[in-house]
Amino acid sequence: MELKRVVVTGMGALTPLGNSVEEYWNGLINGVSGADMITLFDASKFRTKFACEVKGFDPVQHLDRKEARKIDRFTQFALVASDEAMKDAGLSRENVNPDRVGVVFGSGIGGLITFQQEVTEFAKGDGTPRFNPFFIPKMILDIAAGQISMRHNLRGPNYAVVSACASSTNAIIDAVTLIRLGKSDIIVTGGSEAVISEAGVGGFNAMKAMSERNDDPKTASRPYDKDRDGFVMGEAAGVLVLEELEHAKARGARIYCEVVGGGASADAHHITAPHPEGLGAKNVMLAALADAGMKAEDIDYINTHGTSTPLGDVAETKAITDVFGEHAYNLNISATKSMTGHCLGAAGVIEAIACIKAVMHDIVPPTINHFTDDPELDPRLNFTFNKAQERTVNAALSNTFGFGGHNACVIVKKYQP
Amino acid sequence: MSDIASRVKKIIVDKLGVDEGEVTNEASFTNDLGADSLDTVELIMEFEKEFNISIPDEQAETITTVGQAVSYLEEHAK
Repeated sequence: MELKRVVVTGMGALTPLGNSVEEYWNGLINGVSGADMITLFDASKFRTKFACEVKGFDPVQHLDRKEARKIDRFTQFALVASDEAMKDAGLSRENVNPDRVGVVFGSGIGGLITFQQEVTEFAKGDGTPRFNPFFIPKMILDIAAGQISMRHNLRGPNYAVVSACASSTNAIIDAVTLIRLGKSDIIVTGGSEAVISEAGVGGFNAMKAMSERNDDPKTASRPYDKDRDGFVMGEAAGVLVLEELEHAKARGARIYCEVVGGGASADAHHITAPHPEGLGAKNVMLAALADAGMKAEDIDYINTHGTSTPLGDVAETKAITDVFGEHAYNLNISATKSMTGHCLGAAGVIEAIACIKAVMHDIVPPTINHFTDDPELDPRLNFTFNKAQERTVNAALSNTFGFGGHNACVIVKKYQP
Repeated sequence: MSDIASRVKKIIVDKLGVDEGEVTNEASFTNDLGADSLDTVELIMEFEKEFNISIPDEQAETITTVGQAVSYLEEHAK
């Protein structure tokens, strides 16, 4: 059977750099850092006191107050970003066949803030269980997919995808597969994460995974810099409207680009450390290229996982030089986490949006905060340090890797009829 | 309005997101104020917390209107 082609017809984003796709993209190409001191809770006793928060977000500006109260922050983000994406795609309750539109949505953790609040409340009591009836339906990770379907009346396939920090990339790949196989005409996909809380920051701090550069938050996320000391936590949601090409053409939709392939793999090595030679990362890029029917030379830009951790950045770079050979030196490579922080389960989709915009505008967003070269990294690679670069971006590849050794990669390309 | 009645109504306005004017004694949580089954469970829990009492399930099931909540609490609140 011939696989159908999949195009992007709508996007939405809520990020530490801005609360819409345009604001986000402007932040990216201008090299803005989204990091600052934590305001969401009192972090004064925490090893890390800063993060990349979404700013100026008031749920009741977008959602009915009663509804907003019954959903976790990560779902609030998901709904607001899905509103933007649906509107951007020109879709509404009136003009879609709801049975042909699905939602496949990722998160790394789900409603951690709700879990923390409810359990803290219980622990303060005398052992009498007084859990809020909305506790479970607020917390569960799949609820974002469910809530998006209820808000927009979408009755096609509906589920969540979880692979830690690769979640929303895996969600995009699943969405592509469903459309390619003709199971749905449109899938609303992406991911959301909001765990900047005592449990979230404390938990990652305990793993020594996060930067502790409290005296200079804005330069703390510095992928590929010699003095990087861990990732900076971010929170975000991103939504893509993926659509079967003929369906998009028939309704006269604006086509941003084509999603030409995706790949997934595992390191099968360690719960948190990457394979030292980047084996899983290498395999996932090869799988995505094969799925897209492309050669390494067809790629112009790689948005790396690049979290600013000492081991991860090196392993992924090795994988890139293995896969791309001499062409690796023609590529633009950038780690936009230098600006957004690591938005965990939402990282994949917001970085896919960065790739889509790069393909649309022929601009590569930078890796900011580069001060000192790391001798462990190949100096001939172009990491797009500190300033955006203009170049033709015909195709872009986005890598994401998650704790557990999950790797996922997606490739987008300029749309050619 | 008694102190208890005004505290009860404040909770209902807050949790159900309705206008104060709609919260009449006769108003039913589910039929008039848009509550679903989980909302009503939450309301009972909020009453318990606010008035520091425990409302047994079989009693809770009989509280379906604003007036019933007020009279129950006026009788049982400490």
